[in-house]
Amino acid sequence: MSTSTGSSRRVLERGPSGWLAAPALVFFLLFAIIPLFGVLFLSFTKWDGLGEIKLDGLSSWTTVLTDPVTGNALWVTAKIMFFSFIVQAPISLLLGVFTSASQKYRAALAVLYFVPLLLSSAAVAIAYKALLDPNFGLGPGLGLPFLAQDWLGNSDLVLFVVVFVIAWQFVPFHTLIYQGGVRQIPASLYEAAQIDGAGRVQQFFAITLPQLKYTIITSSTLMVVGSLAYFDLVFVLTAGGPGYSTRLLPLHMYLTGFKANDMGAASALGVILVVIGLALALLLQRLGGKNRNASQLEGA
Amino acid sequence: MASTTQIPAPPARRTALSNKQGHNHGQRSKGAKGPGRLRPNYLGGLGGWLWLAIIIVPIYYVVVTSLKNQAGFFTSNPMMPPTEPTLDNYKLVLDNDFAMYFFNSLVVTVGSVVPALLVSFMAAYAIVRGKGRFLTWTNNTFLLGLAIPLHATIIPIYWMITKAHLYDTLLALILPSIAFAIPISVLILSNFMRDVPNELFESMRLDGCSDWAMMWRLALPMTRPAVVTVGIYNALGVWNGFLFPLILTQSPSTRVLPLSLWTFQGEFSVNIPAVLASVVLATLPLLVIYVVARRQLLSGLTAGFSK
Repeated sequence: MSTSTGSSRRVLERGPSGWLAAPALVFFLLFAIIPLFGVLFLSFTKWDGLGEIKLDGLSSWTTVLTDPVTGNALWVTAKIMFFSFIVQAPISLLLGVFTSASQKYRAALAVLYFVPLLLSSAAVAIAYKALLDPNFGLGPGLGLPFLAQDWLGNSDLVLFVVVFVIAWQFVPFHTLIYQGGVRQIPASLYEAAQIDGAGRVQQFFAITLPQLKYTIITSSTLMVVGSLAYFDLVFVLTAGGPGYSTRLLPLHMYLTGFKANDMGAASALGVILVVIGLALALLLQRLGGKNRNASQLEGA
Repeated sequence: MASTTQIPAPPARRTALSNKQGHNHGQRSKGAKGPGRLRPNYLGGLGGWLWLAIIIVPIYYVVVTSLKNQAGFFTSNPMMPPTEPTLDNYKLVLDNDFAMYFFNSLVVTVGSVVPALLVSFMAAYAIVRGKGRFLTWTNNTFLLGLAIPLHATIIPIYWMITKAHLYDTLLALILPSIAFAIPISVLILSNFMRDVPNELFESMRLDGCSDWAMMWRLALPMTRPAVVTVGIYNALGVWNGFLFPLILTQSPSTRVLPLSLWTFQGEFSVNIPAVLASVVLATLPLLVIYVVARRQLLSGLTAGFSK
């Protein structure tokens, strides 16, 4: 008894009580961590979403792992992740550098660049559905026949349409991250490079890129892990079609669970989603070295 | 790629650093011609205008089309403004319970963001100022939450919400939204809180202040920009959220705006101008806030994520 009061006094002297963190922790455990284990548990059951949950061994896993649609969903997810990263990362980096400069016209452009941040994915998807219509959309509007294609009905084109629309919606956010990163680079570095006669391109590769290392890791992690959450945009834009050509893993999980009423199989897909996300995040942190994360943890 | 030449000249950079809002004082054009200076960045400028076109064309199309009547939509050039602009589409959207969906979105957003900010702020304070294994573990748990696609947990959340008899209520949307906002909120808030000088806390401690008092009277004022940033970021996410409403609500009385766009599109699929009017109306409130407070909004978000 006396030891416990002694230690609690020491805690008081050293800082606030851990109880202050309790409300956030309870919320997070209840609605994120417990469901995380829940999804693993449910993957070993049979449930239609309404009736009883019955233990069912590995049958959901057998269903999911032998279903060619799962492999296809993984492949579509990988393609969209890859292409949207290849498209978004350089554009946001360059736009971030562009908008971080102080010319007035760039500041004015930046205000407009960030408007897509305000739109919901549903709004973006609905707008693009109309815009991409071969008869009443952009193609006939601009009189450019090559733009008047059946963009959303052609399974060869639709993937790139999805990548484009994703970039349209999410590049502004990453531009903002890079803009903040560029503004923290000390001006003296550029002045020194200037004296040494370094040109614009040299400065970019010698100063801007290395100085943005942690910004690049942050943005890339958000981009890659975030591409596992492109659900609403694709759901409204294509609903996974035509056929299975844009049926991403999260969309496949939703359709399996809430449309085909197979919550067991959907949970197995959820587990796969979690494992992929975790592996990617760890990989990206490893690639970027441990410094940043370690300093965050030290502060705790 | 040629657009790597988008590096601004150093004089411009200095002003960008000294003035976080990114406004200049016309220094660049003067410096640009001096010996040893860089030429104006035409390629970068070109790229900048090109991206503007990519951003603006869809928005322009949506606004213009929403002002056309249906006959005009089918006969006129899609990119031309209407010859006889009409607000009938907006009236149709407003007559279809738009105000109720708007109100639902407002309740869910405020109801999620305010509690999320409160609990995240307290947790960030404890994590930064406190010590011990429990707090380290708590922080690691939140960091883990950043790496996991939390949406993978929708099925157990759906089960929990039905078991708690909250299905098809606004509270069903609020509770998980709070939880999902916590990891990024705690991360950004604690990053900012670490910059508050320790001496300030020490001197308040000597004056006999409790941690509770220090949290509200010192930590909160010192991290207000971060609190605003986190609030805006979370509000955007909840206001525009689609997945939770889709799986946790059902009836029109609990419908929020993004979901209403989708159902409206289903009902009025032939009336494209009306569908696009609903898109404009749903975005308008955020656009008004953006026009009024864009400086705080953008500089806050920039600071919050580049730390």
